Amino acid sequence: MFDWKWDFTLQILPRLIEATGNTLMAAGIGYGIALIVGLVFTLAQKTPYRVLTFIVRETVEFIRSTPLVLQIFFIFYVGPQFGIRLSPWVSGMIAIGLHYAAYLSEVYRGALDAVDKGQWEACIALNCSPRRTYFGIILPQAVPAALPGMGNYLVGIFKDTPMLSVIGVAELLHTANALGAETYRFLEPYTMVGLIFLAISLPTAAGLRLIEAWTRRKMGLTRED
Amino acid sequence: MGYIDFLSNHGSRLVDGAIITAEQTVMAILVALFLAITMGLMRLSSNLLIRGVATIYIEIFRGTSLLVQLFWIFFVLPLFGITLDKFTAGFLTVGMNLGAYGAEVVRGAIISVPRGQYEAAIALNMSAYTRMRRIIFPQAIAIMLPAWGNLFIELLKGTALVALIAVTDLMFQAKQINSTTFLSVESFGTALIIYYVMARFIITPTMRWLEAVMSRHLVRN
Repeated sequence: MFDWKWDFTLQILPRLIEATGNTLMAAGIGYGIALIVGLVFTLAQKTPYRVLTFIVRETVEFIRSTPLVLQIFFIFYVGPQFGIRLSPWVSGMIAIGLHYAAYLSEVYRGALDAVDKGQWEACIALNCSPRRTYFGIILPQAVPAALPGMGNYLVGIFKDTPMLSVIGVAELLHTANALGAETYRFLEPYTMVGLIFLAISLPTAAGLRLIEAWTRRKMGLTRED
Repeated sequence: MGYIDFLSNHGSRLVDGAIITAEQTVMAILVALFLAITMGLMRLSSNLLIRGVATIYIEIFRGTSLLVQLFWIFFVLPLFGITLDKFTAGFLTVGMNLGAYGAEVVRGAIISVPRGQYEAAIALNMSAYTRMRRIIFPQAIAIMLPAWGNLFIELLKGTALVALIAVTDLMFQAKQINSTTFLSVESFGTALIIYYVMARFIITPTMRWLEAVMSRHLVRN
């Protein structure tokens, strides 16, 4: 019943490690896109144009309430219908980047709103330039508030990369599927993929918590949570 | 072909899929709630073994991907003699995954009930069970409801993955329609809208309503 084969495990390990590289790259690129587009979403909601704010707000809600895997399919298959062909990587990165941009924009928004209103008023009273207001006063207080959420979604995007396998991105799960199809053995490939995910996400989550604590101390914002 | 034609030809399949998605969601919610409450309470136990079991469950399910868990349970578990049909494997995995996140929510809510409530219950000579059931847990429910609203939406989204083990849910039907008609915008777009409606106009209002009921209930007593 339990027949784990170590030699087979060692044999497939190089391919799984190679795929881990792709998984990490997908997570990294996706997160990079999400960090920037998320900021655009947040800032667009801070503008005085009510229509723009409304549209961005509803877009963020829509992206957040629909499944990522469906968004990946949508972006991958919709292009060709209009004569635009996107590679699996490009459409995957757009989908995962936009999905997490919606989540990160909520994190940024929450962090900015968490800064005491008096801080903004003080900046106006002291006639600070917008640049000094943001970089000198507001962001140093908002960043520690945003870090936990940003860290969670970094781990989250990493764990969502297997969904890219559905359009053929050669990440971990896709490779495990291929190995299973080639060898008719599913125990080792899928178990190893699970273990690789654990081996990366648990230390990352722990490391992120250390960074959060360090930042809070640095910014003089140590509090009990 | 217009969108109306698309709906009249394929709408019924999307509706069938949406019904399966709703069934998966409800079943997975029940699994998730059961596990979240059990494991959340176990995490607070003073017994190292009980706490350890809950911690391992939570770390494994939060540390790996839902899709990997689904494939493992569907393709690997049969090798250990446990064969689940795809429908059961689907909602069970989604429920176990979200239950791990829920367990942390339950734990967080219970420890954020004010300390004085515990002390008052002890002073009134309540047993540990009565204390939890009558005093602590009802207040914890009010604290954790907003977080559960978000988790249920994540759970609904999670059920889309069961299409990949061939459960004929909304996602599966959209994929099938796309592969026969090549109308990607219509098939995937309609499915996206149905998911959105389920999340935004069914789950969210229901949770708001529950929050209102809960806070009224707590104030009256």
